Amino acid sequence: MSHMTSERRQARAAWGFLAPALVLIGVFFFVPVLAGFVMSFTDFDIYAIGSPDTIRFMGFENYRQVVTDPEFWRALRNTLYFVVVGGPLSVIASLSAALLVNAKIARFKGLFRTIYFLPVVTTMVAVAIVFRYLLHPKYGLVNQALGFLHVGPIDWLGDPHWSMPAIVLLAVWKNFGYNMLIFIAGLQSIPEDLYEAAELDGASARDRFVHVTLPSLAPTFLFVGVMTMIGQFQIFAEPYVMTQGGPLRSTVSVVMLMYEQGFRWWRMGYATAIAFVLFVIMLIATLIQMRLQGEGRKS
Amino acid sequence: MKRVLPSLFVHTLLVLGAIVTLTPLLWMVSASFMPAGQASSFPPPLLPTRPTLEHYVDLFTRLNLARDFANSLLVTVSVTLFSLIVNSMAGYAFAKLRFSGREAVFRVLVSAMVIPAQVGMMPLFLMVKGMGLVNTPWGVMIPGLAGVFGIFMIRQFAQSIPDDLLDAARIDGASEWRIYWNIVMPVLKPILVTMATFSFLSSWNDFMWPLIVLSDDSKYTLPVALANLVGEHVQDTELMMAGSVLTVLPVLAVFLVMQRSYIQGVLMGSVKG
Repeated sequence: MSHMTSERRQARAAWGFLAPALVLIGVFFFVPVLAGFVMSFTDFDIYAIGSPDTIRFMGFENYRQVVTDPEFWRALRNTLYFVVVGGPLSVIASLSAALLVNAKIARFKGLFRTIYFLPVVTTMVAVAIVFRYLLHPKYGLVNQALGFLHVGPIDWLGDPHWSMPAIVLLAVWKNFGYNMLIFIAGLQSIPEDLYEAAELDGASARDRFVHVTLPSLAPTFLFVGVMTMIGQFQIFAEPYVMTQGGPLRSTVSVVMLMYEQGFRWWRMGYATAIAFVLFVIMLIATLIQMRLQGEGRKS
Repeated sequence: MKRVLPSLFVHTLLVLGAIVTLTPLLWMVSASFMPAGQASSFPPPLLPTRPTLEHYVDLFTRLNLARDFANSLLVTVSVTLFSLIVNSMAGYAFAKLRFSGREAVFRVLVSAMVIPAQVGMMPLFLMVKGMGLVNTPWGVMIPGLAGVFGIFMIRQFAQSIPDDLLDAARIDGASEWRIYWNIVMPVLKPILVTMATFSFLSSWNDFMWPLIVLSDDSKYTLPVALANLVGEHVQDTELMMAGSVLTVLPVLAVFLVMQRSYIQGVLMGSVKG
């Protein structure tokens, strides 16, 4: 067996191994994405499904409509609320849980870690339904607990001022365990001698946290921040199941608006334009976050 | 004394956190055994006065949720097995086989991970419809049959396979397929178990795509059936909690059994991703 034929044989085998994955990803991901891009410049609607010859090219008309649609701005505002309020809260919850579970004096670490992680693997639809009842103004356990603290009662799902906080509450409870795991790994990778050196210099526990722990976690913060944000921009099931976008459309997210336009009213060209606008917003937000946190790391 | 206080502090917080985390899940289980109407009384009860299985019986008889459970199981297991084979073949080829264009193709795939699935959703739906797969398990399965993340993770793991092992098999005259199936697959077992767990959980919990593709309630997966059920039975708290338990139980069980490899996978994806 000569060297040449072995190389060629390997290359042919490689393409054979890749073929199923590349065909599937190409046909069911790349083709729809490109088709979606084209579709976003057309008036593709319910009539076009039956007779494609009615489709007309409209240039940027869909995009013009998206950015002038008050419904879109409302959905974007709700989504940004979720990102800007829910994101930091969820990261703080994750970091706190990680610090507790990772504390030297903590016992039963494995058990607590497992418990905190459980909500992550649950089905969003199911726990969103559970939270509907937990947040019931009269019979819900949340208001019952707040009552002991002489707070409330809060009409979580009926008052437009409290509906987004309710969704944030659900999302933080459901997701904090995931980033907790990543923070624990980050904490464990900080060399012990950094802490010992700081202790010798007379640094207090708080100093050590601010000057050793937090800076060492910078790469973890960046990863967690970006991934959390990308997930949050795509929020759908939480409002769909828990509030149906209400009350008074106060919890409609961008993806939910896209779903309604595309699959309820069959305005598919318009819905695709919404999806691309969201994509661009996500890209910009990610670049900003990388830039900000990258600079924070340097200083 | 100096030692006891911080320890007390840390453990109090840990236990409080565990209570907050577990309460929704425990209440869900408890309420599912309450007689109809008990959960909507004041003050809200924590435990059923008279535990009953009536809601579970209702789910399996009148509401036919066993059918949706079977649909979910079929879709989830099929997607998991199929994607495992397709992704492992590709991940192995990217890691260990030499061919021109390898890095370029891989880079294109990885950069596609930044594109959110929603931008292709309308055309994908029309394609699935054109293929006659709307309202079928196949339609639900299509986007999950191959995935860049899975390929990426398996490639990462497969890079540690020594070339000598593969070359020795080649000199012995083994075909590339035989090498993959008999030598590579056994070595990949740990990552395959991890990816199978990931795939099972995400496919079972998936909501938006099945909601789009399925319109006939005999074809619903559990999350879609549950979201639909809450529309008609929003007053039946106890019944809805039984449905939620039924939906969540399989994923919690799979997670608890596969915990170690699942958590390793999360960390591997975050450190190297």
